[in-house]
Amino acid sequence: MDLFEYQARDMFEKHGVPVLAGAVATTPAEAREAAERIGASSGGVTVVKAQVKTGGRGKAGGVKVAKSADEAEQHAAAILGMDIKGHTVHRVMVAQGAAIAEEYYFSILLDRAERRYLAMCSKEGGVEIEQLAVERPEALARVAVDPNVGIDDAKAAEIVSAAGFEGDTAEKVREVVKTLWTVYREEDATLVEVNPLVRTESGDVVALDGKVTLDGNADFRHPDHAALEDTGATDPLEAKAKEKDLNYVKLDGSVGIIGNGAGLVMSTLDVVAYAGEEFGGQKPANFLDIGGGASAEVMANGLDIILGDPQVKAVFVNVFGGITACDAVANGIVGALDTLGDEATKPLVVRLDGNNVEEGRRILAEANHPLVSIEATMDGAARRAAELASQN
Amino acid sequence: MAIFLNADSKVIVQGMTGSEGMKHTQRMLRSGTAIVGGVNPRKAGTEVEFEGGVTVPVFGSVGEAMEATGANVSVVFVPAAFTKAAAVEAIDAGIPLCVVITEGVAVKDTAEFYAYAVEKGTTRIVGPNCPGLISPGQSNAGIIPADIAEGGRIGLVSKSGTLTYQMMYELRDFGFSSAVGIGGDPVIGTTHIDCLEAFENDPDTDAIVMIGEIGGDAEERAAAYIKDHVTKPVVGYVAGFTAPEGKTMGHAGAIVSGSSGTAEAKKEALEAAGVKVGKTPTETADLMRSIMEGLSA
Repeated sequence: MDLFEYQARDMFEKHGVPVLAGAVATTPAEAREAAERIGASSGGVTVVKAQVKTGGRGKAGGVKVAKSADEAEQHAAAILGMDIKGHTVHRVMVAQGAAIAEEYYFSILLDRAERRYLAMCSKEGGVEIEQLAVERPEALARVAVDPNVGIDDAKAAEIVSAAGFEGDTAEKVREVVKTLWTVYREEDATLVEVNPLVRTESGDVVALDGKVTLDGNADFRHPDHAALEDTGATDPLEAKAKEKDLNYVKLDGSVGIIGNGAGLVMSTLDVVAYAGEEFGGQKPANFLDIGGGASAEVMANGLDIILGDPQVKAVFVNVFGGITACDAVANGIVGALDTLGDEATKPLVVRLDGNNVEEGRRILAEANHPLVSIEATMDGAARRAAELASQN
Repeated sequence: MAIFLNADSKVIVQGMTGSEGMKHTQRMLRSGTAIVGGVNPRKAGTEVEFEGGVTVPVFGSVGEAMEATGANVSVVFVPAAFTKAAAVEAIDAGIPLCVVITEGVAVKDTAEFYAYAVEKGTTRIVGPNCPGLISPGQSNAGIIPADIAEGGRIGLVSKSGTLTYQMMYELRDFGFSSAVGIGGDPVIGTTHIDCLEAFENDPDTDAIVMIGEIGGDAEERAAAYIKDHVTKPVVGYVAGFTAPEGKTMGHAGAIVSGSSGTAEAKKEALEAAGVKVGKTPTETADLMRSIMEGLSA
């Protein structure tokens, strides 16, 4: 889960990372109230920043300096509701203004290939870091971090020196780097990025903008992380699927997909998209992995979600019976259609293979449901589903 | 011969007495695996009975189980919150192969126990979030159904469980030396490259199927490795061409971030390394079929 900037700011503050005062606002009036409070310590100057989970908001006009609470209110009115790269702005953060002397960059992230962490640090922050990495790689220090050691005093000194910091600033950046490691470790993050990390004219080193990605698999250790989720932005079908513990991602095609196992379902989406090219560009409508169990109840929940998607014109159920036997899957489909009754209105193409497939196909054939057709192969079934979707 | 696992492997199960552990220990036994013990400190000294009057002793720790039985493989079924502790115990005992089936392990936990295994240098980790590995007819460490395909001369390595099953099914007329499900998490212990290296060195493997999916750059790295080090024919498949950017597709590691981790980039890297890449699992199996027929001609 990616956090909004204001959530990252609050998390930083909790772990002792130096940040500027800031408050989130969802209306211009709230922004005004926040600017009155926060601006008091910075000569009335605040910065109104769009809260969206994408980069480039400055260029899009989503970050504005306000010299008064009136101006903050006006800026908030302009920014709220703005569209930035397909993200609607529902919140702004009103942050304390600061006189910036220099901008730096720091991040800690998971290095999947090396299976450890990587700290990146540069004296040239505030720019697109991917661009810096390509154009001037020597300006971006990259230091490997052992997961069992972390960023201790020695590692922090190594990072800061590799980036070329010296003197008093080096000392201050080192301390901030250690607190950011605390955020990474204590919160089970897979990314903590500060861009820019700034030195103010008064000599303080402060995290001005933060990006944090949290590991959902670690939620059991962090009951407080649930509250950070942006439920308002979730697709309604995805929200409904989540309530039923289904692994579902909404896409924009016409062929509903149900399968077992993440890899097989991803593959099913691709095979449907290829087959769909022949039928006017039919595409998958969703990703849905019902997992190993595939009981009648899970199948019914899955079908219920998919048939509730008005974009779906046909459904492809693709199951390889590994641990689950195909007869259980077939019973699941029949049971689900019974449960749904008249609500089930779209054609279902079913491909079963693997464990006890003959019995599974027999059960489906015997039930002889008017909406269900059985295909022998995955590629053939994808073709049939795409064809049906193009006809409905 | 096979890789990592063979007829001489002696397997213990960490978390055997739980419901998943019981179910899959029974399945592993049925497929002929030498299961020599289970581990559960609270049930140490007891025995668990399986089908056909087979009994398996329960030990208090991996170390005790190894000492008493000569076990050299551990399969881990304990819940995600306790997986790191179980893996660390196996690493401390110095077991040569530790197969972590559990799904949903925190990235930090895996990164920590993997780094610990590297530091100790005696334990190969497979997984987590994987179906394990099978050398058909010899041994089965994990949850791959043993009846899909028999022994043969194709090696298979895959991030995905069900695509492993699908590919074994498609090529069941040839059979497999070993099939390794390496897992779909961002951090995994054994990589495509580790398996490619082992298959290249395995005299009982003639050709290799490699299945990848979106996220990270493991497939690109594997492609570079194949180009420089693998002489046996390799056929590839990549899942996730239609996956949208920024969405996790079932596996915690299956996510396209910006322009990195795409299926297209992986396919191109593999093809540039001389690997034939199928558009669908069936087409991939057909590519392998013609290679195997060519080899036997």
